[in-house]
Amino acid sequence: MGGYPILTAIVVAPILGALLVLLTPARRPELARAIGLMVSMATLGFALLLLWKFRTNFGGFQYLEHNRWFDSLGVGYIVGVDGFSLFMVVATALLFPIGLLASAKIEHRAKAYVFWFLLLEGAILGIFLSLDLIGFFIFWEAMLVPMYFLIAGWGSANRKYAATKFFIYTAAGSAFLLAAMLVLAFLHQSDTGTLTFDYRVLAAWTTGGMSTTTEYWLFFGFMAAFAVKAPLFPFHTWLPDVHTEAPTAGSVVLAGVILKMGAYGVLRFGFELFPRASAHFAPLFLTLAVIGIVYGSIVAAMQKDAKRVIAYSSVAHMGFILLGIFSITIFGLDGATFTMVSHPLTTGALFLVIGMLYERRHTRQIDQFGGIWKSAPKLTAMFLVAMFAGIGLPAFSGFVGEFLALLGTFAVHRWWGIVATTGVILGAVYMLWMFQRVFTGVPEGENAEMADANGREMLVVVPLLALSLFIGLYPKPVLDRIEPTVKCAVRSFEIRTQTMQRPASDRMDLSGVKGCR
Amino acid sequence: MTSRDILDLAWLVPLLPLTGAVVLLFAGKRIGEPKAGWLATAMMGLAFVWSVVMFIALLSLPGEERTHVSNVFTWLSAGNLKVHLGFLADPLSVTWILLVTGVGSLIHLYAVGYMKGDERYSRFFAYFNLFATAMLVLVLSSSFLLTFLGWEGVGLCSYLLVGFWFERPRASSASLKAFVTNRVGDFGFMIAIFFIVGALGSLDYTQMSAHAGGISKGTATAIALLLFVGCVGKSAQIGLHVWLPDAMEGPTPVSALIHAATMVTAGVFLVCRAHPFFERSDIALDVVAIVGALTALLAGTVALVQPDIKRVLAYSTISQLGYMFLAVGVRAYSIAVFFVLVHAFYKAALFLGSGTVIYGTHENQDIRTMGGLRRFMPFTSMAFVVATLAIAGIPPLAGFWAKDDVLSSAFFGQEYGVYVIGLAAALLTASYMTREVMLVFYGNERFHATASAVPDADVDAAEEPVAVVPEKHDVDPTVSPTVDYGTPPTWPVHEGEPHEGNGLMVMPVVILAALGVIGGVLDLPFTRLEFLGHFLEPVFGGVESPHASSFWSAFGLDVLAVVVAGIGIVFTYAMFRRGLEDPAVDPLDRRLGPLGRLFGHAWYYDEAIAAAVGGPIRRGAQWLAEVLDQKVIDGAVNGIARGVGAAGTGMRRLQTGLVRQYALGIAAGMAALLIWALWRVGVA
Repeated sequence: MGGYPILTAIVVAPILGALLVLLTPARRPELARAIGLMVSMATLGFALLLLWKFRTNFGGFQYLEHNRWFDSLGVGYIVGVDGFSLFMVVATALLFPIGLLASAKIEHRAKAYVFWFLLLEGAILGIFLSLDLIGFFIFWEAMLVPMYFLIAGWGSANRKYAATKFFIYTAAGSAFLLAAMLVLAFLHQSDTGTLTFDYRVLAAWTTGGMSTTTEYWLFFGFMAAFAVKAPLFPFHTWLPDVHTEAPTAGSVVLAGVILKMGAYGVLRFGFELFPRASAHFAPLFLTLAVIGIVYGSIVAAMQKDAKRVIAYSSVAHMGFILLGIFSITIFGLDGATFTMVSHPLTTGALFLVIGMLYERRHTRQIDQFGGIWKSAPKLTAMFLVAMFAGIGLPAFSGFVGEFLALLGTFAVHRWWGIVATTGVILGAVYMLWMFQRVFTGVPEGENAEMADANGREMLVVVPLLALSLFIGLYPKPVLDRIEPTVKCAVRSFEIRTQTMQRPASDRMDLSGVKGCR
Repeated sequence: MTSRDILDLAWLVPLLPLTGAVVLLFAGKRIGEPKAGWLATAMMGLAFVWSVVMFIALLSLPGEERTHVSNVFTWLSAGNLKVHLGFLADPLSVTWILLVTGVGSLIHLYAVGYMKGDERYSRFFAYFNLFATAMLVLVLSSSFLLTFLGWEGVGLCSYLLVGFWFERPRASSASLKAFVTNRVGDFGFMIAIFFIVGALGSLDYTQMSAHAGGISKGTATAIALLLFVGCVGKSAQIGLHVWLPDAMEGPTPVSALIHAATMVTAGVFLVCRAHPFFERSDIALDVVAIVGALTALLAGTVALVQPDIKRVLAYSTISQLGYMFLAVGVRAYSIAVFFVLVHAFYKAALFLGSGTVIYGTHENQDIRTMGGLRRFMPFTSMAFVVATLAIAGIPPLAGFWAKDDVLSSAFFGQEYGVYVIGLAAALLTASYMTREVMLVFYGNERFHATASAVPDADVDAAEEPVAVVPEKHDVDPTVSPTVDYGTPPTWPVHEGEPHEGNGLMVMPVVILAALGVIGGVLDLPFTRLEFLGHFLEPVFGGVESPHASSFWSAFGLDVLAVVVAGIGIVFTYAMFRRGLEDPAVDPLDRRLGPLGRLFGHAWYYDEAIAAAVGGPIRRGAQWLAEVLDQKVIDGAVNGIARGVGAAGTGMRRLQTGLVRQYALGIAAGMAALLIWALWRVGVA
């Protein structure tokens, strides 16, 4: 399918760009910046091409590339894209040029900054596209390095602590992931005689070849890494620390796509490799997701730092995503995957505006602000729109995702769905309350002098909001590309767990969907 | 064009104000004052014209075919749920768009005059048009989900407009409260939607009409009650009513359009639209009727003693909305719609009239320091008095027919308890409105601080603090003119006589008051003259509405209602005939004694909630954020990390901040792997 290796191009372009940046002289940072922007724009171009060419009504992997690598270890270079990963690739490719544009004010070692930033992009794209477990793991770990240096090098006052915490916490989770991956592959080898880390082979094999106890253990090995990264309550406390210390673009990428890696991991590996474990432990993870929504929202409301509010709001939003996933319904998975597309747009915009406030006032303490609406109306307008898009106002993307995730959950786990729906009230509380304290009232002192958003700042935020509005009003193009994969996944889950009692409202209609395994 | 072609173009109605909103949001500053206002008004006017065309087109169809769905595109399609951006034109929705665009146009016109000189003039009209768009989508929608979009959209615009003067802390708090309280209601609405998807597999109203009869009673009750939770929020019924009085912080045209005539009636619309569910559940209908009746009564008591001109009207609106729910609760759907229409006329007239009073008395909202204004604003006072008689239910004004229909429906529906409460509320309505009219337009002139501000020795200082004459200064833009119960009277800080509003402000008020006079002809209770009832029949066709057992029994109820209203008017008139001797002492409040304080503080409900939110709830949240999250959960994380570090000295060295090396190690390892990999590929 597709004669050209577009997925490899998407992964390799930023990495090559990073190497190219290394070759530029350090005293010409504008050169590094230009290369960075061009390369990330080119990557976005490839991603858009992929989006354009992506087949709807096809649930399996597209643009597969399978090259032999370490045959003796069963490791291959396998990349492919489907409805779960397509929009994560596009969102990643979109956020990086925006992040670079938003970092225009970074003067300190700009070359190194661009280098790490591009490397991060390549690693993240690799995560979403790899279909070999070892390949996935390499990218998963590799991503930590540039992120560590970005936080430690360009963060705020307490950046060392935050970078270290991020690194060690997520690496600790990953250790379980690696162990579980190895055990899985060796079990497969002893069962079938071939050693492979090919996700497709392992996904087709798992149910037959494992006792349920083994499956449970391996499932938790995988979930350890994903739950930390997502983050799922109670593994979330690294997130606010890292967000507060990270540079603006780092926060945008962190909330936008790095958290989604955890959710993506669950989507891709959780219930496809371990269907029985997913079914068995769904109530546990649903409960943690609901706690994440309610608890994250309440704690968000009490924060004194604007960035921490958004950080905890991400905990709540990730709760909606995990809720949708563990409902294991078509609505729920549609909604979770859709939220994974929507959340980068709205939260990205919120972090960008807060970054602008920080650049102007060098503080993010909510009580240091007030009346910004008067001195900087355009800036405020951007925040206002992003805020309502984020709290799930219909017509914006946040609503579609939240609604479907809740609908799916309600269909199979009514009470979880009802408690989670209180998130729509709490979301309004913490966001509007912060808005009131930061933007309304009469500005005094420095707040009265604050410069309004300039052209570049509008350029980085407005496209995100426009996209959120567009896919909120017309989610069809997105859902059309997500849903076939969702249906295949739910179908194979049903077959392998022998649960066929879908609620009537979530009936399976596979007509027209091709490519299911 | 055939009638159906015209109805296919229903989307034009919301599109027109949407165009206005978008143009004004992006180019409003350039268009400037007053053109921005005129543009917005023109868009509303055109939408009204198109609504009239649609009305005529609908009339030209035979009765049973008067329902037309036009889908623009598929909005949301997931699993086997398909929701269109689709519009349903039927007698119910067309009645409502006529109301929204008609009354809306008049209020837009008024605002062109009222908002003159505001620094965010064009933005006001952008929000105003956006509100109209959302409201029109709400009523024209062909599905619950699109109605929900409009429902949240009007909530957004209400938020923006209540907090329009965001420099005022009161306004920005009120907007927050309005949005959050509404979201509590929306929580119910959303869960109702989940139930409906589960029960019907569709959210289309046509599917509901066809299949709602087939679902179980329990599910229908759940759906109906949850939808009603949404209505309680949006229409400010008891429990979630607290946001509406505060919403008066918005500019007065906003109070008229959103918080009296249109948005707050959305709850009534939703019950009417979703009546197949309510019809399946007697429990749900009883709940609706009882909540409505109690709201009518309790809000009426609060309105009795408020010192703020808009607060009285706000509580009056809550009370009248209660009547509307009372009506739907006894299955008198078309009468509820009738009530919504006429209430929109006279309540909009009252609000706009109060706006003119505030404008003409230099930002004064304290009715204790008004009095005798009829001399200065003859047109406004006349319109206000007429509208007051209408709302009090004096024949033959519109309010009489509507209120009487509601009460007699309750009586003949054998809901006698509800009937008695409704009758008592009618007494209150007549009383608080008469009090307001007397204090504002009649009696002694109290608007000059020096003339009447006599500190009164025998006033209980704790209850009614001694009047303080403010020093002269410019109006502070950060201070809201709202007057709370229990505060000393305030005087306008501006010198000079009160004056009538400009022509743009007077005309809409007079027109609306006139509609309040003749609006009764829409639905007279005589077989051939029930125009609205007949028009709405295709919508509510299968419903058994209560009907009078005989002409004389209906007539008897009429007489009783008028007598009750008359008692209220005469009694209050006598009490406030000469105005107030001392602005700090309200004779009605004084006569009510402790009850007056209870009413004045709105039964302490709001204050109790505020105390709970500000006290234990806030402390609990703080505990979660500061103790559980930071000390317990994060403490455990850091503790484990420290423990691991202490377990081995080598590990400890790695963990003392040298993660840079750690990362370098990984990078080096990866490089080695890479080299090895390339070598392997070469070998292969």
